[in-house]
Amino acid sequence: MSLRNIGIVYRKELTDSLRDRRTLISTIVVPILLIPVMTIGLGVFISGMMRRAEHDVPPVMVLGGEDSPRTVQALEHLPAVRVVPPSADFAQRITSKELRAAVRIPPGFDSSLESGEPSRVEIYIYESDMNSEVAGSKLQAFFLSLRQRTIEKRMAERNVSMSLLRPFEVTRENVVPQEKVSGAAAGALLPYLVILMCLTGAMYPAIDLTAGEKERGTMETILTSRVSRTHLVLGKFLLVLTTSLVTALLAVSSMWISSRIAAGMLAGQLSRNAPAAQLHLALRAGDLVVVFLLILPVAVLFSAALLAIALFAKSYKEAQSYISPLMILAIVPAVASLIPGVELNVRLALVPILSTSLVSKEIFSGTYHWTLIALIFASSCLYAAIALFTAVRMFQREDVLFRA
Amino acid sequence: MIEARSLTKVFQDKKRGAVRAVDGVSFRCDPGHIYGLLGANGAGKTTTLRLLATLLAPTSGGATIAGYDVVAQPEMARANLGFLSTATALYGRLTAREFVDYFGRLHGLPEDMLAARREQLFVRLEMNEFRDRRCDKLSTGMKQKTSIARVLIHDPQVMIFDEPTTGLDVMTARTIVAFIRECRERGKTVIFSTHVMTEAEKLCDRIGIIHGGRLLAEGTLAELRERHGQNDLEDVFVQVAAQAGGAPS
Repeated sequence: MSLRNIGIVYRKELTDSLRDRRTLISTIVVPILLIPVMTIGLGVFISGMMRRAEHDVPPVMVLGGEDSPRTVQALEHLPAVRVVPPSADFAQRITSKELRAAVRIPPGFDSSLESGEPSRVEIYIYESDMNSEVAGSKLQAFFLSLRQRTIEKRMAERNVSMSLLRPFEVTRENVVPQEKVSGAAAGALLPYLVILMCLTGAMYPAIDLTAGEKERGTMETILTSRVSRTHLVLGKFLLVLTTSLVTALLAVSSMWISSRIAAGMLAGQLSRNAPAAQLHLALRAGDLVVVFLLILPVAVLFSAALLAIALFAKSYKEAQSYISPLMILAIVPAVASLIPGVELNVRLALVPILSTSLVSKEIFSGTYHWTLIALIFASSCLYAAIALFTAVRMFQREDVLFRA
Repeated sequence: MIEARSLTKVFQDKKRGAVRAVDGVSFRCDPGHIYGLLGANGAGKTTTLRLLATLLAPTSGGATIAGYDVVAQPEMARANLGFLSTATALYGRLTAREFVDYFGRLHGLPEDMLAARREQLFVRLEMNEFRDRRCDKLSTGMKQKTSIARVLIHDPQVMIFDEPTTGLDVMTARTIVAFIRECRERGKTVIFSTHVMTEAEKLCDRIGIIHGGRLLAEGTLAELRERHGQNDLEDVFVQVAAQAGGAPS
């Protein structure tokens, strides 16, 4: 096997691809620009929505309460909401988002607070509409605070300590190291993204170097040169593999940087509900190296499979139509790894793509099942070798190369 | 030297079944000679030349290129071969120089020899003006010159031209015809296919008439004229095809 010839083909394909706008867009521009735009854009959008929802003074309606002026007045003076006159069609108005929420105050509410009679306040919202939920929460917060004050007042009147109401406290604490918590968040998304990028990065060059060459009439030219078809396909394969890995690496770097920026933006908004650390990728170099080694055979599999399929096509368009089903076939296992509860076992370790996605998720959260890792690496290498062998064989078939 | 021995190629067609595109074709061409393969479209010219260029493998029979067997030693056969057709396009994103260098390197030329050969060819073909221009920006004539430089860079003994002038304007076609003659003068073995009778008359030392995949007649122009009692090559061609059971399309 002449490495020299493979190198000559590889260098030529690299020069050629670097001058091709479409390859540059799919390999470099998409991962560098699209991911930050998506991540930061999403961050800006969510934080904007949340800020608006919190700062907005939503219109709410108070139903009943004619005999409870104190409560109604307190609600009317609440800066967080704007009380609008009551009407019977409040439910329709909430549905049409004209009104964000409504509260029904039962008859004799003020006096029941004094007498100690039990009563029930009802809040009406549009469930799943964020603005309505925020308005409902503001009303609920008002009544919870009123209830607390009433309890404290009643206890004080009876000379009973408040601690009587809280015989013990219940707390919940995370015992897993922070890297596992953030790893779970990063680990779920990152392998999916990398696998997807390996595929999209390889797709365009794989078509360009096979069906594209046929379409442009250069396939016959190169086949009349001295280079053997095996060397030719291996040179082309190495170029496709390069673009696949470069795209994935750029995507990871770009995601790492933009997730830090996006986390910074969201930190202020979510600090009460979720630690900001969960949003950025706390990645360790060791984990990345192992994951890269596991992704490598997947990238080989994609590159070789795409080359073999695209070579069969006569034109760029035809190749695209052959490759679309492969995209779905590759994305489904990657997405399946995101489903909660799908955990790695020996059987799943043999499923290509899914196994890599699942094991990467575990590695990012600091769990190393070495037997499974070895099994996944070995099986992925086997699939990759089969795909590469198929691609090499396809290049020997004249009915494929000269398909009329 | 080129030698074809009972060269046969059968394609499997879904609708038509087994199609004998080339059927027992034998001929020989010696160094310093031009052999013309004359035939109508679909007669089997391109398939024959692709078999000789090792692009396709013969179903039976065989051939040698400069003494190398096309089946057993395809790489050595190609190393001694320059193949040019209107279907052999250029890499549009490479410059003329990069394109020629790429093929020179693939043919195993050391860098110093490659540079010397390239410079010599670029002067001879007057290519220096556009040597660093991308191939997709070249005119048809410039592209043809670049293709010629590509087939000559490794100085092959055998040249195969598959309808090299099809679709070219008169001036570019003349460049190609002059180049084919030059190859003969330099002692190369040349085979070329055409359906243009005047081209065959002007260039070929021997002519083979191919029809329905079979080589029906062969000889020098004078021999063919005499054998068939016709003065015009076109009349010879029509007569041969008619005798074989069908006028050429």
